[in-house]
Amino acid sequence: MLSVTGLTMRFGGLKAVDDLSFEARAGEITAVIGPNGAGKTTVFNCITGFYRPSEGGIVLTDAEGARFALDRMPGHRIASRAKVARTFQNIRLFAGMTVLENLLVAQHNVLIRASGFTLLAVLGVGRYRAAEAHGLEKARHWLDRIGLIDRADDPAGALPYGAQRRLEIARAMCIDPVLLCLDEPAAGLNPRETDALNALLLAIRADGCTLLLIEHDMGVVMRISDHIVVLDHGKKIADGTPAEVRADPAVIAAYLGEGDEDEEAA
Amino acid sequence: MKSAVRDAGLSALVALGLFAPLIGLVTENGDHGLELRGRPLAAAAVVVLVFLGRLLMLTRAAHIAPPVVSGPSPAMVRAGRALAPALLVFALVLPFGGSRYYVDLATLVLTYIMLGWGLNVVVGLAGLLDLGYVAFYAVGAYSYALLAVNFGLGFWSCLPLAGILAAFWGVLLGFPVLRLRGDYLAIVTLAFGEIIRIVLNNWVSLTNGPNGITGIPRPTLFGLRFSMDGGEGTFAGFFNMEPETIQRVIFLYYVILGLALLTNWFTLRLRRTPLGRAWEALREDETACRSLGINVTNTKLTAFAIGAMFGGFAGAFFATRQAFISPESFTFIESATVLAIVVLGGLGSQLGVALAAIVMVGGLELLRAFLSFLADQMGSPIFAGIANELPLYRMLIFGLALVVVMVLRPRGMVSTRTPTVLLVARGQG
Amino acid sequence: MAYALQQLINGITLGMIYGLIAVGYTMVYGIIGMINFAHGDIFMIGAFLSLIALLGLASLGITAVPIALALTLIFAAALAALYGWTVERVAYRPLRGSFRLAPLISAIGMSITLQNFVQVSQGARVKPMEALIPGGFQIMEADGFAVRLSAMQIMIVVTTLCVLAIFTWLVTRTPLGRRMRACEQDLRMASLLGIDTDLTISVTFIIGAALAAVAGLLFLLYYGAIDFFIGFIAGVKAFTAAVLGGIGSLPGAVLGGLLIGLIEVFWSAYFSVEYKDVAAFSILIVALIFLPTGILGRAEVEKV
Repeated sequence: MLSVTGLTMRFGGLKAVDDLSFEARAGEITAVIGPNGAGKTTVFNCITGFYRPSEGGIVLTDAEGARFALDRMPGHRIASRAKVARTFQNIRLFAGMTVLENLLVAQHNVLIRASGFTLLAVLGVGRYRAAEAHGLEKARHWLDRIGLIDRADDPAGALPYGAQRRLEIARAMCIDPVLLCLDEPAAGLNPRETDALNALLLAIRADGCTLLLIEHDMGVVMRISDHIVVLDHGKKIADGTPAEVRADPAVIAAYLGEGDEDEEAA
Repeated sequence: MKSAVRDAGLSALVALGLFAPLIGLVTENGDHGLELRGRPLAAAAVVVLVFLGRLLMLTRAAHIAPPVVSGPSPAMVRAGRALAPALLVFALVLPFGGSRYYVDLATLVLTYIMLGWGLNVVVGLAGLLDLGYVAFYAVGAYSYALLAVNFGLGFWSCLPLAGILAAFWGVLLGFPVLRLRGDYLAIVTLAFGEIIRIVLNNWVSLTNGPNGITGIPRPTLFGLRFSMDGGEGTFAGFFNMEPETIQRVIFLYYVILGLALLTNWFTLRLRRTPLGRAWEALREDETACRSLGINVTNTKLTAFAIGAMFGGFAGAFFATRQAFISPESFTFIESATVLAIVVLGGLGSQLGVALAAIVMVGGLELLRAFLSFLADQMGSPIFAGIANELPLYRMLIFGLALVVVMVLRPRGMVSTRTPTVLLVARGQG
Repeated sequence: MAYALQQLINGITLGMIYGLIAVGYTMVYGIIGMINFAHGDIFMIGAFLSLIALLGLASLGITAVPIALALTLIFAAALAALYGWTVERVAYRPLRGSFRLAPLISAIGMSITLQNFVQVSQGARVKPMEALIPGGFQIMEADGFAVRLSAMQIMIVVTTLCVLAIFTWLVTRTPLGRRMRACEQDLRMASLLGIDTDLTISVTFIIGAALAAVAGLLFLLYYGAIDFFIGFIAGVKAFTAAVLGGIGSLPGAVLGGLLIGLIEVFWSAYFSVEYKDVAAFSILIVALIFLPTGILGRAEVEKV
């Protein structure tokens, strides 16, 4: 599905990501973990086109076998063509717009084509009405899934924190992604919300979407990931199933610091 | 109380430093070069005002709890809903009740309302700060004037052209600069506005430079001219009426009313399309838009172009109404005025923009007229003086209003946002 | 050749004035990341304060040029600094943390306010002033063209260099400067470390305004005429200088100022005077598009 090879990202003299290679396989949940400053978000920003990598390639192959070189595509194309969606570490909703509007904006590219690039929609003719009804239906579907149907017409910024996290995921799903990248989705959630999040992510995987996530909450990572990539100082130090990673001495060292290698990981 | 007095005293001290030299001493162009004249009373008055104002602010703030920021009350919402239709009816019947003075004033106000609505697309919806909006107004005005004077084209055939040309310039400028961050965009549009004005001033062979273009033809009503001869093919001749200037004035009023309403209708429709929603999303968070596959540059460009198009329409109307244009009408002050109207009205609110234009353009002029009327009646030189000086203070008031609104009510006078689509139709309606 | 040399001298003189204004833009931008649109108008107010001070001193009988100039410089810089402080306190500080466009709009409102305040209080007419520092030297003569270096030009360059030297010392060698640079790096972190960020921001505005007032005095002396509108054009040009040099970089601001001064003078000399402002504004647009980090600026990394 997603293959990252030799990815390097430099900021001035600093190497945030150093010759990183890994794969995210179709239909799996791949987690990227590592201590603070390990370069996880930088990797995400390279994959989703916010940064242009200094070196290396990022290739996405979808179910039909079409290949997209993400490292060479402009940011918005990565979402619209290659169908890679993402969420942000610090939630980025359209706070002043309603929950429903947030989900409709996510379907922008479909809807704007149906609106005859706005002309037909302004005049109120053509197939736009049907397209909008379809868009609303999809929005309603996601609102049901994240349990926000009652708050559809409230401003997104007025939602509680956990609901905002779920809404951001739903909004990303509204672009019909093949790969969903989540930047710390469990940050700031209480245990009950974390469980709901796990269920949501597993359901999204069951629908056939591939997931890539950065997460600090090891509970979430270990429970739902199929495959874990561990970064430290921009380099990959481990790569494998949750069980393999948990037992890897290099990982334990990275998390607990050098010299503590004998101790058990918590 | 004691600390309030001390605080107000400090403010007064600052005011003394600020205003003693610049208000208390005037440089006047005398016979032997510049002379300095003292004006201590005016400076003292301002300092006292600052002291009292600050004292009032502090003591009131101590007694009364700060206003709770909340949504408007239901009564206000109902009043607001009734206000727009009421204004519309008033606008429709106004020419029949008012004298020429009022129709002219209303035409001016409507021109600013239209410009405000046009700029509202760019600033209010898309969140792009455009400080050179007057450039598109100028492009529209000069497009019509040049096409009409050089090629004899009529107003109605030029109107769309003026809009398209303005939009074209919007795209031309927008394409390279819309990638810039917000404050850079603001200063680039400011520079662009100045460039257009300087070029209009200096390209004498095309624009006749500072002398401007005269004899710009007036619009016709389905081919009927509004000329004073009253003969064949004129409005008065066709309807067997006595030809009067007021007929043309009223006709022009309805033209701008129609154009403004068209702008309003189009904008309101646009808001409910995917494009309009993308604009608002852009205003809220550009990065998130990009992550959802929205082509940010193109979306900004459409906002810029559509805003420019309305500016172009308004410009063509301005040219045909004045029958004369010169670069002097297209200075930064115009851009600032329109921006002030949009900001005061509440970024994004159509009704707010209309109200702001009525108050800031119409209200000030009426106040001036009222003061000079009082001066005539009472023979009072003070009122006459204030009335004469009032236009000078207009921009000062606008500037202060921008700051005060941002500090106190950043979302403007009318700050409620209507969602573009609802999942549940709201019951009572 | 001689003609070009003369233009070089004129361009450097003008560039010094732009550089002084540009420093204010770049400092404020560096520390709170906003364009202080009212800065050009502070420069204009500095020029007016200088004019009033010179006239006032003359009427008090203080006509010795060096004393009068020194007193004027102090007077204008101090009061312009008060303006800078007030603008920040009234129009910008309450808006920290408000929505994105708010400080920008407030800044434009302040600019309009200051401009029209001076128009209303001092009148709209151009204020002419006779040359205070006459004389100069003829450096060389070639092709029948005499290259002159006026005493005024020497004074402008020397004053600017002195002021900039003091300023550089202030920023690089004093605790105050260290606080300013800390706030520039990371405002929130600086405040967590116990730096009074409000105070530091105020000081930044005060210093920027004082430098602009010096520029205002020099402008008044050099051109011998000012009006309420000079701040608008000079402000945009100085901002262009700041961008060209790399916004946030203090040496960049001076370098950019020199470049803009030279471009303007050479453009006027060899192409057309009418379009000299168009040249400066076009450079602004071109620089922002092709060289957004400027000559000495650092690239900004977008935080997502």
